[in-house]
Amino acid sequence: MLYFTIRRLGLAALVALTVSVLAFLLLHLSGDPALALAGEGARQADIDMIRKTYGLDRPLVVQYADWLWHILQGDFGTSVYFKTEAGPLILSKLKTTLLLGMGALAFALLISIPLGVLAAIYKGSAIDRLCLAIAVLGQALPNFFFALILIMLFSISLRILPVSGSGTWQHFVMPAVALGYYVAPAFMRLIRAGMIEVLGADYIRTARAKGLPARKIIFKHALRNAIVPVVALAAVQLGYLLGGSVVIETIFALDGLGYLAYQSITYKDYPVMQLIVLLLSVLYVLLTLAADIANAWLDPRIRVS
Amino acid sequence: MTTPTLTPIVPGAPAPIELTASTLRWRRLRRNKALLAGGGILFVIVMIALLAPWISPHDPYFQDLAYRTAPPVWYAKGTWLHPLGTDQLGRDYLSRLFYGARISLLIGISVALISGLIGTAMGMAAGYFGGKVDMAVSFLITTRLSMPVILVALATVAIVGGSLWVVILVLGFLKWDRYAVVMRSATQQVRSLEYVAAAQAAGASTWRIVWGEVLPNVVPQLIVIATLEAASAILLEASLSFLGLGVQPPLPSWGLMISEAKAYMFFSFWLIAIPGSALALLIFAINLAGDGLHQLLTPEERA
Amino acid sequence: MADKEIVLDVQGLTVDIATPRGALHAVRDVSFQVKRGETLCLVGESGCGKSMTSLAIMGLLPKAAKRTTRRLSVLGEDLSAARGRRINALRGSKMAMIFQEPMTALNPAYAIGEQLTEHYIHHRHASAQQARDRAVELLEKVGIASAGQRLTQYPHQLSGGLRQRVMIAMALMCGPELLIADEPSTALDVTIQAQILRLLADLQAELGIAMVLITHDLGVVARIAQQVAVMYAGQIVEEGPVEDIFATPRHPYTQGLLGCIPVPGRTPPGESLGTIPGVVPSLVGDLRGCAFADRCRYVQPQCRDTIPVYGHPPEQQWRCIRQEEGVTA
Repeated sequence: MLYFTIRRLGLAALVALTVSVLAFLLLHLSGDPALALAGEGARQADIDMIRKTYGLDRPLVVQYADWLWHILQGDFGTSVYFKTEAGPLILSKLKTTLLLGMGALAFALLISIPLGVLAAIYKGSAIDRLCLAIAVLGQALPNFFFALILIMLFSISLRILPVSGSGTWQHFVMPAVALGYYVAPAFMRLIRAGMIEVLGADYIRTARAKGLPARKIIFKHALRNAIVPVVALAAVQLGYLLGGSVVIETIFALDGLGYLAYQSITYKDYPVMQLIVLLLSVLYVLLTLAADIANAWLDPRIRVS
Repeated sequence: MTTPTLTPIVPGAPAPIELTASTLRWRRLRRNKALLAGGGILFVIVMIALLAPWISPHDPYFQDLAYRTAPPVWYAKGTWLHPLGTDQLGRDYLSRLFYGARISLLIGISVALISGLIGTAMGMAAGYFGGKVDMAVSFLITTRLSMPVILVALATVAIVGGSLWVVILVLGFLKWDRYAVVMRSATQQVRSLEYVAAAQAAGASTWRIVWGEVLPNVVPQLIVIATLEAASAILLEASLSFLGLGVQPPLPSWGLMISEAKAYMFFSFWLIAIPGSALALLIFAINLAGDGLHQLLTPEERA
Repeated sequence: MADKEIVLDVQGLTVDIATPRGALHAVRDVSFQVKRGETLCLVGESGCGKSMTSLAIMGLLPKAAKRTTRRLSVLGEDLSAARGRRINALRGSKMAMIFQEPMTALNPAYAIGEQLTEHYIHHRHASAQQARDRAVELLEKVGIASAGQRLTQYPHQLSGGLRQRVMIAMALMCGPELLIADEPSTALDVTIQAQILRLLADLQAELGIAMVLITHDLGVVARIAQQVAVMYAGQIVEEGPVEDIFATPRHPYTQGLLGCIPVPGRTPPGESLGTIPGVVPSLVGDLRGCAFADRCRYVQPQCRDTIPVYGHPPEQQWRCIRQEEGVTA
């Protein structure tokens, strides 16, 4: 188990490295950073001076190595737009995005678990078809469209939720729903399939033969076994949610990582952009590792041996 | 082998139908409501897209300044001149809707093709050759999966400049992962089957084995993935355009239309609702058809 | 012999399963009784309906199966029309069942202590400690050493034989009066089979449980049962005390079954064992006459009509037009 984790951490480091290289190449090859930094209408002399100051005239390999060396020492560079250190800047926004991501995940699980269990128990019936229809419809709605509908409904017509900002928990309700509904169908299908398989297992028949109440059989015996792949998927989806929150954050003016990414892209803030991509990929690999560990932990056949 | 003629058991009864393979396939197709419904809607949308220049009442770029933000015809102030109203620049919404279908479909198909080619090649190479090739491809897949797609797409478009083709290429070069994963395992499965070993023993070249044995078996899965990836690409483009970093105005991308209408949404919600619903309908149809295809091609899973 | 109390009384049990091609009559008009302290074996080949019968009694039939019965009483209480809640209250407490595959019958996610005690706590409203004590007591009774430590073990840590013993202990937790065992030893090693059967016999003698044991193995019947009911194609074709059936089988199917078994001392060496030609008929749609007719060496035209049942309980009864050996009706 330990060996497995170390190997996976090594892989995580390698992946993060590769992603950072790719991001670096992308940023430096597809445009001239000096030009972007100088802004429009800058004179050639200014551009050259900027190039020298930021060391943008050195070979790419040297620039990358330099950047990596600084990262490993904890020097994450400076945001050219916000004029502050990139590291603390990103960390301060991360909290908001994490809250949003976990809220979205919680919402997705909240609606997908009951629907998935229902669909499995009443498999083949109208209830099952209704749940599947909801799933298909849910995945057809673009999230920004859904977000705008939510705003019209809850902020304008009903006036019960705030539109923008991140002050209170109410500010996170609509964004979490708008972000999370899209991943709910995947969970629902997984739970449904898992429950259908588990409900046909012999140990469920044993539980029924013991006269246990139906509720206990479904939740204690069946769901416990069916939920294992869901935990792994949840970890992976959290990574996707964290990386994909830019649209929602922009609509709801949530000051999180996604919005920061959008700003840094718009203002050509290369150091911040690179750092965000690096951070998100590291997070993603760690989350998949956590998913695998959770998988192993939840199965007593692996845990106790 | 000739099919024996079937004589009716009871004299006078109509002759029973011959159950050929194609009859059975046709019956299964008719029962597959998902595929029929999804395919039907898709067909209509494709037709609209193809015939857009002939069925649109107006030029989608023409700004009819006398009729700015006119509401659709079912509102009090609506007019049949612009059945779905106009946007803030007086451009006819119905025409823009029709032309927008072209963009979405073009994006969906192109990205599905490009990413399909890349992902299939990588996946099949990994599955067939195994060893170091497999390790390399798997590493690339993991790396790609850990990249936040929308951010990378945004960054690339921001640097290179937004346009329809930039979006297509960027998405095409990013979204090959699912193809690769599925093709890899499908190729591995097929490769371990005996008739591939037989073909190898008979001296068939690698290339021929891949084409002749592996590919036909994985095409059904490929098609299902292609539909899902097309839908996903359409949504991604809509998101990118919504953020202003996708297709550029004045092109009538549905996502861009929603973005441009954002400021007016409180008073003219239809400006958002119409393209948004169109997007939802298209994605819904593609997903439905994909589900139906999946059912059709994997009979054991018709649960 | 004093008349022992009837624990299980089944009269006219029928199970129909809906299939695309019509109703499949898995169990047809099955009737039998089991007394306290007695073991009845349901014997038959695969597909004869013996497992369906046991599931029907316990109310564990799959959704597609429909059960009709004239009478189904456990300890005098008629359950044929009883609602789910009543059945649930009896299942696991008054009537218990153990199944064929010990490897899959236990939930891999929970320790066996948890699985042993949960229904005891539910039915008896006992405390966790009381349940644990009872579990240890029963584990020792079924012959498992260091029972206390076993409680925290998981099913995958136990062998097949041990798991089956745990299943038996689990079934006995609430002190049932009726135990249904569906091929309890079939999936185990031959040496373990004998142990499990002896364990069941001992427990029955000690606790006075009425037991229905389902098997396809006549050796098991000889070893453990007092009464036997031979099933074929969903019906009981012969029934009675084990000694009588083995000594003088009346129904041609029973005769065929017994002819398949080599008997030391009786079967001449080198002689081929008997087989029953033909296959089991389909149970779908309208069924008339004797189901065994196509495979029977005594078949007559009258065999296509309704078949009478000769003899009456508790002595030997059989479903055939032939009253005695060599005599046709």
